[in-house]
Amino acid sequence: MTRLRVATCSLAGCFGCHMSLLDIDERLFDLVKAVEFDRSPITDIKHCGPCDIGIVEGGVCNAENVHVLKEFRKNCRILLAIGSCAITGGIPAWRNNVDLWDCFQEVYHYGIGLENGQIPNDPELPLPFDKVHPINEVVRVDHFLPGCPPPADAIWKFLTDLAAGREPKLDYEMLHYD
Amino acid sequence: MSNLETAANPENLNRVVIEPVSRVEGHGKVTLLLDADDRVHQVRLHIVEFRGFEKFIQGRPYWEVPVMVQRLCGICPVSHHLAASKALDLIVGAKQLTPTAEKLRRLMHLGQILQSHALHFFHLASPDLLFGFDAEVAKRNVVHVAAVVPEVARKGVLLRKYGQEIIRHTAGKRVHGTGSVPGGVNKNLTRAERVALLGEIDTIIEWSREAVGIVKQLFADNAKLYESFGRFESNRLGLVRADGALDLYHGGLRATDAEGNTLFDHADYQHYYELIHEEVKPWSYMKFPFIVDKGTEVGWYRVGPLARVAQCDFIPTGLAEAERVAFKAFDGGAALSAPLGYHWARMIEMLHAAEGIKELLLDNDLSGGDLLLRGERQLRGVGVIEAPRGTLIHHYRVNEDDQIVSANLIVSTTHNNQAMNVAVREVARQYLDGRTLTEGLLNHIEVAIRAFDPCLSCATHALGRMPLELELVDAGGAVVGRLARSG
Repeated sequence: MTRLRVATCSLAGCFGCHMSLLDIDERLFDLVKAVEFDRSPITDIKHCGPCDIGIVEGGVCNAENVHVLKEFRKNCRILLAIGSCAITGGIPAWRNNVDLWDCFQEVYHYGIGLENGQIPNDPELPLPFDKVHPINEVVRVDHFLPGCPPPADAIWKFLTDLAAGREPKLDYEMLHYD
Repeated sequence: MSNLETAANPENLNRVVIEPVSRVEGHGKVTLLLDADDRVHQVRLHIVEFRGFEKFIQGRPYWEVPVMVQRLCGICPVSHHLAASKALDLIVGAKQLTPTAEKLRRLMHLGQILQSHALHFFHLASPDLLFGFDAEVAKRNVVHVAAVVPEVARKGVLLRKYGQEIIRHTAGKRVHGTGSVPGGVNKNLTRAERVALLGEIDTIIEWSREAVGIVKQLFADNAKLYESFGRFESNRLGLVRADGALDLYHGGLRATDAEGNTLFDHADYQHYYELIHEEVKPWSYMKFPFIVDKGTEVGWYRVGPLARVAQCDFIPTGLAEAERVAFKAFDGGAALSAPLGYHWARMIEMLHAAEGIKELLLDNDLSGGDLLLRGERQLRGVGVIEAPRGTLIHHYRVNEDDQIVSANLIVSTTHNNQAMNVAVREVARQYLDGRTLTEGLLNHIEVAIRAFDPCLSCATHALGRMPLELELVDAGGAVVGRLARSG
């Protein structure tokens, strides 16, 4: 049997969705019979190659997120937005209500006990956007799996449906928004 | 050779980048600058994302905070949940919690230590240790661990599962629960839940012991490599209990220098900002904390399992204490400053967490009904906890209308910022300097970073300043988007 190739990444997220993926516990050993991992925080593959499924956690907060997201879209037949941040921007998008300039003043000018207060100014730091965006504002998304994070059982059902060649279908109680 | 932080003539050097740093949590990258003879001139670990939590929680009601700040980090949400709760306990005037509330929180925390340490060792770090630092890329992952040593992988997955189940029972769900609230907790643990969890605990303790044994054996078999890899000396920081014992939930701040001399001890963390300041460097969003009295050059320190186990007077559970004694005695204390010693100390703490969970589950206070306390309202509170990765500081001020006025967070990984940078520079000196770089050699850099179990997601909470902005303007002159760079 050919295994499905799956890539995963976290953009502007907290890795909680990846934790929920690992919360399938010992079913992980069954899962890897049906799927193999490409780029993912649990492998050392740094760039996404051709894949069947791309799973994206987190929204888009800087230019580097856009590069990674586009690489995923280009290489993945099916793209899944997993969790609140990928779908709506989530908690990181709370900063959309605040002027960025005010944020920077706050942290580097008024922070407690700061030494050498200076401005991080290095080309190695990716350009941040003034707003955090859901990923579907940047690329086409095939599936959305809600939750903060989505329950492990929902992720399991989604992946095993796809591996069996079925259209993923989640029961009502697996769709969480908390 | 210089300290490798900043090259004298960067424009003439070749840049090599490791991006993203993998098998760690969060977003980081390492850049190296090398000359034509492959000599290393600069190595930096950059934290490349930011969130801005301190700013955007201003104005939010304080009772939202313990649930909201967990979204800093999905691996250690309980740490943020509890550090925020401890700070807000003071704000609602609950100086001392009820026994039921305090013990439930401690149980939740030990569940978190267990799951996080198991995750880090088995799912993330073990491939390097089991297959070699320069093993093929395709083999350096937990799936390959499961193929080669299935029992090790299975126990790792089940250890993590047990910790996650402790969290689910105490916090409501495994990731981003709601169990802890300012002044206490919102549910207890039923006797039936305790009995069910106790049913597996002896196996969990036994497997945790085996995990300590794996690292101990690795050190015994490869003493020279494990002791010298990325080795450096530094100060240490962590909480200790009043009697000097390891206590991951509460205590006073202790700092010691590389020789073990006390810098300060049992310091009240309400005034942490008199002891610790943070330096800003232009090339990372993560700040560089240091001990005020020693200054930026020599005042930096390490936190986390290695610092805690090295500087506590004893561990208050029997099996873990015996392992601590063996760890400190190994080759005359050689593991105490070795970055790879983190793995050993981490597994000792995992064993301590398993033993502590058993003790707590046997305690009837967990099923008590007194969950919440209130006292005289305060406007300021600091909560500190020893998270899996080290000392975690949450500091809030609120106003009379219950809104957050200001927040300062110093997360565990930030404390280790300079220590991680020094470790990767040391590895660059030992292994990369003057050699043609290969993928396997570059992984040595990541092996050193992984030893600290950094949570780069936590470390992205602070914003950088960025006065230079780029606006996208449409044909009519309206601003449709904006990019900004610090400058």
